[in-house]
Amino acid sequence: MRKKLETRQLITALLSAVAVIALIYLAQRLLIPKYVDDIVEGGMVSEYYDEKDKSFDVIFIGDCEVYENFSPVTLWENYGINSYIRGSAEQYIFQSYYMLEDTLRYSRPKVVVFNIQSLQFDESRSEAYNRMTIDGMKWSGAKLGCIKASMTDEEHLIEYIFPILRFHSRWNELTSADVEYMFRHKKVTHNGYYMRVDALPAGDMPPVKPLGDYSFGDRAWEYLDKIRTCCEDNNIELLLIKAPSLYPYWYPQWDEQVKEYADMYGLKYINFLDEKDAIGIDYNTDTYDGGLHMNLSGAVKCADYIGPILRNEYEVPDRRDDEALASIWADKIRVYNEDIDYQKEQYGIE
Amino acid sequence: MLFTSYGFIGSVLILFLLYYVIPKRLRPALLLVFSLIIYGMADARYLIYIGITVVTVWYAALIIDKNNKAVKDYIKKHKAEMSATERKAYKKLKGRKSLLFFLAGLVLNLGILAVVKYSGFVLSGIGHMLSSGTDGVLNIPDMLIPLGISFYTFQSVGYLTDVYRENIDAEKSLPRYALFITFFPQLVQGPISRYEDLAPTLLAPHSADFSVIFRGLQRILWGYFKKLVIADRLLMGVTTLIGDTSLYRGGYVPVMMLLYTLELYADFTGGIDITIGIAETLGISIKENFIRPYLSTSLADYWRRWHISMCSWFRDYVFYPVSTSNASIRLSKWARKHISDSAGGKLPVYLSSFIVWFCTGIWHGASVNFIVWGLLNFLVLTISEELSPLYERFHKRFSFAGSFPYRVFMILRTFLLVCVLNLFDCFADVRDTLGLIVSAFNFGSYSSMEKGALLNIGLSVSDYVIAAVALTAVLIVSIIEERYDTSIRDIIRKRPYAVRFILWTCLFLATLIFGVYGIGYDSSQFIYNRF
Repeated sequence: MRKKLETRQLITALLSAVAVIALIYLAQRLLIPKYVDDIVEGGMVSEYYDEKDKSFDVIFIGDCEVYENFSPVTLWENYGINSYIRGSAEQYIFQSYYMLEDTLRYSRPKVVVFNIQSLQFDESRSEAYNRMTIDGMKWSGAKLGCIKASMTDEEHLIEYIFPILRFHSRWNELTSADVEYMFRHKKVTHNGYYMRVDALPAGDMPPVKPLGDYSFGDRAWEYLDKIRTCCEDNNIELLLIKAPSLYPYWYPQWDEQVKEYADMYGLKYINFLDEKDAIGIDYNTDTYDGGLHMNLSGAVKCADYIGPILRNEYEVPDRRDDEALASIWADKIRVYNEDIDYQKEQYGIE
Repeated sequence: MLFTSYGFIGSVLILFLLYYVIPKRLRPALLLVFSLIIYGMADARYLIYIGITVVTVWYAALIIDKNNKAVKDYIKKHKAEMSATERKAYKKLKGRKSLLFFLAGLVLNLGILAVVKYSGFVLSGIGHMLSSGTDGVLNIPDMLIPLGISFYTFQSVGYLTDVYRENIDAEKSLPRYALFITFFPQLVQGPISRYEDLAPTLLAPHSADFSVIFRGLQRILWGYFKKLVIADRLLMGVTTLIGDTSLYRGGYVPVMMLLYTLELYADFTGGIDITIGIAETLGISIKENFIRPYLSTSLADYWRRWHISMCSWFRDYVFYPVSTSNASIRLSKWARKHISDSAGGKLPVYLSSFIVWFCTGIWHGASVNFIVWGLLNFLVLTISEELSPLYERFHKRFSFAGSFPYRVFMILRTFLLVCVLNLFDCFADVRDTLGLIVSAFNFGSYSSMEKGALLNIGLSVSDYVIAAVALTAVLIVSIIEERYDTSIRDIIRKRPYAVRFILWTCLFLATLIFGVYGIGYDSSQFIYNRF
């Protein structure tokens, strides 16, 4: 009789614990930001894990200068290059390193294209940007390392493990989207590319401020070394680029340091700003925010510029004959074109 | 380490698991090590101060106890051979050693407290006088003030006095005594425990009792609810209002008083709930420090319910010794002779009360405002005492005096009085406080307050709503506990399991979601930590 009672108590306790955990989980799902309405950048990183086939030959890694400036669809359509962009807003160099580590858990690309804009930041500048990069990553040693490398003084590891501790105060800013996307995600990129079809010509940029010290920080160099050695260890070619964004200003002194680094390790470095004429960028029509990022037209041009380099100099294969892959891309191109049509309608573009 | 920090919660979880895994005999040692680590993490230098207090008081108490017992044994042994006068003389003679160690312990430890906490205040006062109102005559050193020094010093002095008075036996083991003083949940904000209350469960081996552990967890949860949902939310408004008294005057003053008084309650009682709850989960009993203070019907009643351990400490170790001292007896005789019999009875009591309230004031902080706060309490209590015959006549004459509405009136009146007195906590300059109170009577200023003015003090509509709902919950719980004179946990325990589960789960989720913590919020230090 007593044993029966104890068993009953144990079952009740277990069921209660399960119920509490379920409630906390539901509350957490409701309260975490969904990044679907306004700041969509926070939803980019997680989309990678939804890919059916992750055997990409080229992986772009970096901040907004990669995820807004290169169209993987163009690379596929024109060169048969199977590529993906693993970028997020203000993705710091240490985050890019862990993003690379995370990517290598799933496949080994032939080429990693890394945008060196983030060399200028030695430390995280904002918890919000950390969140947009890290929250979407699946749990792994790479994510843990990324958190540890990124946390600002005010952040705690426990808040990454249990995001409800961070986002509990969102209860007063919940929208219908928080309920709608509690258990699903709205796709916001095309293989990591964030598309915009509208145009805003580049105008006057803020005046260039001379810096007291143009040297990149030790930590930034350390992580560039880590990216390089990680690629070497995995037989991956590393291509360094500076995307053609006019702002934030890219100082010649910075460019020199990257060139020296690339020369030292036999890496190719392309500054797209120097190549803008060869690429054919028109800052009146190819940018949607006054020269900071490319629009679709600019992203297609950048892809058309880098495509032949990847094909010819890095021998990235043309995979258009791969039927399975072609079928996946056909679906992607359909969605891509639908998005173009939708955005053209939204922005009133013919 | 803050009770509300993830580090503290994580550390306590680890302690809890270890505590019930290791053999019972090792548990006090684990608690001591843990307590010292937690305290030392705030500043390792604190350990030196508390170490001196622990060792000196423990040693002095040991010598006193040994000496007292030797005297007692000798007298017992030679009872037949000694007359009463001889016994008294012997006791007095040999008792000097105990007195010497008792005084040495007191002087040293109260001296440390006085130097680290009050030397700046005293020196700045002297400097102010010497320089006729200008600063810079005396160089006032910046002293390190160990966290909770007032609490652990008072607990130590209480212990030493109890041993000297032979109320308790001295603790022979230094580690066990050290644990009594440094026990981490109560170290920085009390309560000020008595050895005979705390030691039996603190030092005794006990098995894991799940019902007791769950009770403790419920108490902890209730404490966090009060601290995070109410106190830290109201703090956002209080900080704004107190931060600019040139702007927030007139109509803002009642709001300031109300918010601060509610915040203080939720903060301090919440902290004590967490303290008692943590101790309970470890099988240790700590005496209650509050009995629904805001349901008091008079200020005297309030002080029987608020910070009970401090009030009883002052009663037992200051009020009684002063009021029964030779000087008081002489004063009483003088008053009987020169004034009246009644004055002879009252004067020593009022003098002792004055000293107690002066000390209570300065215990709260080394500044004039706290002394004024203490003496105002003394004044109100003394006037109330003097007018008590009048009240009694009033109560007898009017039947409504015992009615429920009249009781509610008395509660509200006391609450208002406490709100006004609490305002003296907020500002170091007493003139500022008085100016604010006067400005509250300028009713013309109320109409000049902008529409929605109270939404510009760091609190949104939802903050007010949440605080109001949470405070209503606290009020309902207080009324139920007052009505049935038992803990709400005991009342809930008798309900069906589903009801209990829903109630505690709702409280947990409410704290988790509506608590003010994490990035964007700065979960504040408990107010009483600074004492």
